[in-house]
Amino acid sequence: MMYKNWWKVLSVILVLFSVIGGLLIAVPALPILHESIRNLYYHVPMWFAMIIIYLVSVIYSIKYLGSGKENDDLIAVESVNTGIIFGFLGLGTGMIWANFTWGAPWPNDPKLNGSAIATLMYLAYIILRGSIDEEQKRAKISAIYNIFAFPIMVVLIFVLPRLTDSLHPGNGGNPGFGAYDLDSNMRYVFYPAVLGWILVATWIMTLRYRIRVLENKNNQIQ
Amino acid sequence: MFSLYMSFYYLCYCMILIKQVKSLLYKEILLEWRSKYAFNGILLYVISTVFVCYLSFKTTPPLVWNALFWIILLFAAINAIAKSFMQESKGRLLYYYTIASPQAIIISKIIYNILLMIIMSAIAFLAYQIVFQNAVANLGLYLIAVLLGSISFSTVFTMISAIASKAGNNGTLMAILSFPVIIPLLMLIIKLSKNAMDGLDPSVSYDEIGVLCLINIVVIAVSLLLFPYLWRD
Repeated sequence: MMYKNWWKVLSVILVLFSVIGGLLIAVPALPILHESIRNLYYHVPMWFAMIIIYLVSVIYSIKYLGSGKENDDLIAVESVNTGIIFGFLGLGTGMIWANFTWGAPWPNDPKLNGSAIATLMYLAYIILRGSIDEEQKRAKISAIYNIFAFPIMVVLIFVLPRLTDSLHPGNGGNPGFGAYDLDSNMRYVFYPAVLGWILVATWIMTLRYRIRVLENKNNQIQ
Repeated sequence: MFSLYMSFYYLCYCMILIKQVKSLLYKEILLEWRSKYAFNGILLYVISTVFVCYLSFKTTPPLVWNALFWIILLFAAINAIAKSFMQESKGRLLYYYTIASPQAIIISKIIYNILLMIIMSAIAFLAYQIVFQNAVANLGLYLIAVLLGSISFSTVFTMISAIASKAGNNGTLMAILSFPVIIPLLMLIIKLSKNAMDGLDPSVSYDEIGVLCLINIVVIAVSLLLFPYLWRD
């Protein structure tokens, strides 16, 4: 039991540590950011978790096209469902942060627009699934769309913001966050937070996947 | 010996592929030439949209001028390319399946759509330029942007229209699926054409041109890999 579930325990410990430590451990005093720099521990890990979980979804879509197993498709779709939740959480925490440091919840920033469009892309994936009734056809066509859209999402989130002016650190010629602001104390909280939230996302995905498998089993004619 | 055999095999495969693409492309153009339905319809659509925009805006600042042109082209492209798989009947698709490889079909569709889009956007640009009269400082670079734009629209929308046609053939789905995918390309194209309008030095725009070419290559490669799965039913 324990040897299989150690990563779930680890995720709980890491997330609890980063939530509590993020509020208590000292941060550098910086102009404009002030104490809102603590949002780094809550906002950035959401994006890491989202990207990783979308990557899992694409990998399982590719696997589905090779194997044709229904379970691969279920993992792909539940990964997308979980990724969308984390995308909305990332947008929400980012909007709160932007409101205090940049003066508006939605400044015209390529990274904001890019992540909103990426979320639209995955909502379109859900709509596409809804429009097809036949299960195998649905799995195949949505897997194809998922793989087709992924490279463009990578361009949207990682390449485009670096080509244009952006408020985000590390983009448009800005130095990365790590260069000036992230002192060693913050790293001790930030990296566990990223790892913890990625594990939590995976956990949510596996739970949703297992529920889907059970539902499928229930619906089968005995 | 084995590698020699393999390279010979690939050479044969490539030659067959090129032959199939040629005859499929010829068929597409011939069909279009006989009916001229799609082409004339889209042409009228573009011209009347340009005219509607002219009547509602009269004069526009450069930023709006550029954005409006690309929005007109975007909708024209969606309407034109959505047809590329939807007009094919089920029986005809089955016939293609027996005589041609899936790669040949998707390549011929992409090339045909690129040709259609280039002609259409050239005409649209001409009409737009005559009606609105806006000074483009670097016309050569703007035409390159129009060319890259029509190629990008064609490569992305051809695959999306194949996906949408498999999923119940409706126009709404085509729009929902294609908008998020085309927006990054559209943002790059609008930036590139704005640079051309302002007459900036071409070296400023090399980044955009490079990324656009790269995305197109990736999209074509992914289409070639994925279309055989979509095709097999």
